[in-house]
Amino acid sequence: MNAQTPTSAERAAKLEGMGCKRKRVEDVRFVQGKGNYVDDLKLPGMLYGDFNRSPHAHARVKKIDTTKAGAVPGVVAVITAETLKTVNLAWMPTLAGDVQMVLADGKVLFQNQEVAFVIADSREAAADGADKVEVEYEALPVNVDPMKAMAPNAPMIREDLKDKTEGAHGKRKHYNHIFAWQAGDKAATDAAFAKADVTINEFIVYPRVHPCPLETCQCVASFDKIKGELTLWGTFQAPHVIRTVGSLISKIPEHKIHVIAPDIGGGFGNKVGAYSGYICAIVASIVTGVPVKWVEDRIENLSTTAFARDFHMQMEIAATKDGKVTAMRCYTIADHGAFDACANATKWPAGLFSIISGSYDFPAAYCLVDGVYTNKAPGGVAYRCSFRVTEAAYCIERAMDIMAQKLGMDPAEFRLKNLIRREQMPYTSAFGWQYDSGDYQTAMNKAMQSVDYKKLRAEQKQKREAFKRGETRELMGIGVAFFTEIVGAGPSRACDILGIGMFDSAEIRIHPTGTGICRLGTKSQGQGHETTYAQIIATELGLPADNIMVEEGNTDTAPYGLGTYGSRSTPVSGAATAMACRKIKAKAQMIAAYMLEVHDDDLEWDIDRFQVKGNPERFKTMTELAWAAYHEVPPGMEPGLEAINYYDPPNFTFPYGAYFCVVDVDVDTGMTKIRRFYALDDCGTRINPMIIEGQIHGGLTEAFGIAMGQEIHYDDEGNVTTASLMDYFLPTAVETPHWETDWTEVPSPHHPIGAKGVGESPNVGGVPCFSNAINDAFAFLGSTHIQMPHDHWRVWTAADKLGLHG
Amino acid sequence: MAKSQVTMKVNGKIIEALVEPRTLLIHFLRDQQNITGPHIGCETSHCGACTVDLDGKSVKSCTVFAVQANGADIRTIEGMANADGTLHALQEGFREMHGLQCGFCTPGMITRAYRLLQENKNPSEEEIRYGISGNLCRCTGYQNIVKAIQFAAAKLNGVPFQEAAE
Repeated sequence: MNAQTPTSAERAAKLEGMGCKRKRVEDVRFVQGKGNYVDDLKLPGMLYGDFNRSPHAHARVKKIDTTKAGAVPGVVAVITAETLKTVNLAWMPTLAGDVQMVLADGKVLFQNQEVAFVIADSREAAADGADKVEVEYEALPVNVDPMKAMAPNAPMIREDLKDKTEGAHGKRKHYNHIFAWQAGDKAATDAAFAKADVTINEFIVYPRVHPCPLETCQCVASFDKIKGELTLWGTFQAPHVIRTVGSLISKIPEHKIHVIAPDIGGGFGNKVGAYSGYICAIVASIVTGVPVKWVEDRIENLSTTAFARDFHMQMEIAATKDGKVTAMRCYTIADHGAFDACANATKWPAGLFSIISGSYDFPAAYCLVDGVYTNKAPGGVAYRCSFRVTEAAYCIERAMDIMAQKLGMDPAEFRLKNLIRREQMPYTSAFGWQYDSGDYQTAMNKAMQSVDYKKLRAEQKQKREAFKRGETRELMGIGVAFFTEIVGAGPSRACDILGIGMFDSAEIRIHPTGTGICRLGTKSQGQGHETTYAQIIATELGLPADNIMVEEGNTDTAPYGLGTYGSRSTPVSGAATAMACRKIKAKAQMIAAYMLEVHDDDLEWDIDRFQVKGNPERFKTMTELAWAAYHEVPPGMEPGLEAINYYDPPNFTFPYGAYFCVVDVDVDTGMTKIRRFYALDDCGTRINPMIIEGQIHGGLTEAFGIAMGQEIHYDDEGNVTTASLMDYFLPTAVETPHWETDWTEVPSPHHPIGAKGVGESPNVGGVPCFSNAINDAFAFLGSTHIQMPHDHWRVWTAADKLGLHG
Repeated sequence: MAKSQVTMKVNGKIIEALVEPRTLLIHFLRDQQNITGPHIGCETSHCGACTVDLDGKSVKSCTVFAVQANGADIRTIEGMANADGTLHALQEGFREMHGLQCGFCTPGMITRAYRLLQENKNPSEEEIRYGISGNLCRCTGYQNIVKAIQFAAAKLNGVPFQEAAE
């Protein structure tokens, strides 16, 4: 070997493949203000749409008069439900099997519901016009409390369903009932509770919150009457789903709909669904014959498109007196607002909520969820989590603390005693999920050592004694959480959206010069897909990541996929990418064998080349093979070097983590200070540690926002009181704690590269960890559960109720 | 609506235009001038995505009328690169330190950080956190943004960047 020959390590490093902290490709345009977001798009003759919205939460619409609106200079047209009825679009189907008004049809069911859509030649004129739409309402009784939705005299929210006794998921118990969904073994669970030594029973609320990405939902619809084709640019986390649903709703043939999701300014679940704005912009473009842009403002975003959570959970755990859990049981009321527009896999009305047995070895478990209608905005999206997983994780992690408290055990020791053991993996839970892999004890022990857990508890003990002696007014709380997620939806036998299996896809073309393009059915909203998918290809094919362009979001060019949410990109499209690479590699191997005049089996793969076994001096690099694929293929072989894979995963993946939080609470002001937050995550194989860490920082910050201040709140009249950034808490750099991250790495056994997905773990694990820390601060005073969010006022109130203010 | 004549310097270039008195500066820049780097996140001056540098101050351009900017000297993210076309130390820092994800807050954040470093050449972490508290980011959790600004400060001051221990 001469001095110029690069070593294996040098060759591998040059690829910037998996495991490399590769700098992001996307950043080059973003740091120069050259991102391409929907609202940056300007087409010739483009008009703007804006909504007139209901000030009432529940009212009969007696009359809509658009005369004055139509007379506003610049206004071109005004669309109401009556207009939409002429094209059969006044209502649209939801992903959850319900129907939803596009514009108010006879009634409004939540505040800020869309009533009329005004189209004008400028944003300002559209807003002027929307202001001038005159609507006569007759107010109706309002209910915003899900616990009262099924009362005998509750206001009837959905008159259109009055006579429907069957919902999309079985019998309806009440006119405001949507679905009942259950999982687990009720009889076995009840039996375990009947003979339990110790039980706890707590009402745990996960309040209504909103994902609130910095960019709101928006679109530009352009209908070409001559060709009969619709082009729709929009903030879509799932562009192909929008195309299919758009075709089914509008009757425009699917091949004549071009959906394009350009750069997206954050999604977090907000941009999964189909909203009235999209439908109205499409109809407006059909009516006017020119492109129409619709851009939601922040108030509209917070009050109408896609809330999350609103789960009201009665949670019970049974255990032996020496601290072994024996059963769990949970009854939940899920508030879905006025229409069931929940973004779940269609067969799962409560999502994957039955992950609620968490990371623990429960012999028996049962849960029942009742979905109800209220006079609140529709939605029910997974705000940076897999479907309803964060609700489940919050509930079990709070309940484990409460049980530890009752048993007089340390919450970390109690968890260690009940964690599913490494040797039980793959583990089938009492709810039937098969956890793919994990080493929970190692993760928990590493985390406890890293934060010096014993020392923290000792310090807390001293502080509590000082507090009791009146020497300090500060309490110290230690939050412990060990979560397991279920992500990567999913196996199509279990998961579909409107009948379409939740597989995903990757199509890779390698060009003659050894560069290439990869197109996928997913869609990045900040996750850095352009960077990380190329790293998978770099490792699999031995081509530098810089030589691979990654493209998503154009339904004309991308293979069909179900989009990005529920941490499914890496588990599903990441797998598809690896599988497509392997098809390409198999063909390249045949070409190499032909060129080197050996049998295929005489070759072995080494980083970026096929070499002859036992004679590594004879080799063909992938770059050489790419060239050969276009001019020197073996006789009978098709030229070219490309492959497509539709990956239907055999199972979900189950990322997990151990989180610790230390908080100081001033009982007189309710002010809290997160002193320390440590997050250990295991997401299986790590593709880009820099991006993983960034995802964890971001998810923890969202968790901090949720636990410590976020709530979409309604008053009794149904007015939403938290619909601006003045009232809805988004953490700034000042409040946001410093994050410590750590990891273990247990690959998924069923995933081609062992990766599990990571983006949502910190939200799922973070929320219970913060909440447990606040609750832990007060636990020694006999408090079992303080509801979120833990803002200063509520923390002060909790202290007040415990008699700490004299 | 009667229009008013405005003249302003944007990224070193003189712009003359007619605007409605009610037109917001952000809409003027984005819709009329195709300067789409600054973004709109809230229109209530909370999020800072629309931040521009106006006469030596960080200004949220969603809360300023275009007519109020008459005669002003404005810099946006589009005018941030160095004269020779290379990236500004802040642009480089944000990429090097992974200070962005979706990129939507980034133009406003960098523009704000630019002014912060003009006001304070060597800010502490706490000063940076307070200094950017008018700019919201939903993706990064700010930790890497702080590092990005520290990276840029070090580069501009000609000293080696020392990443703080975790």
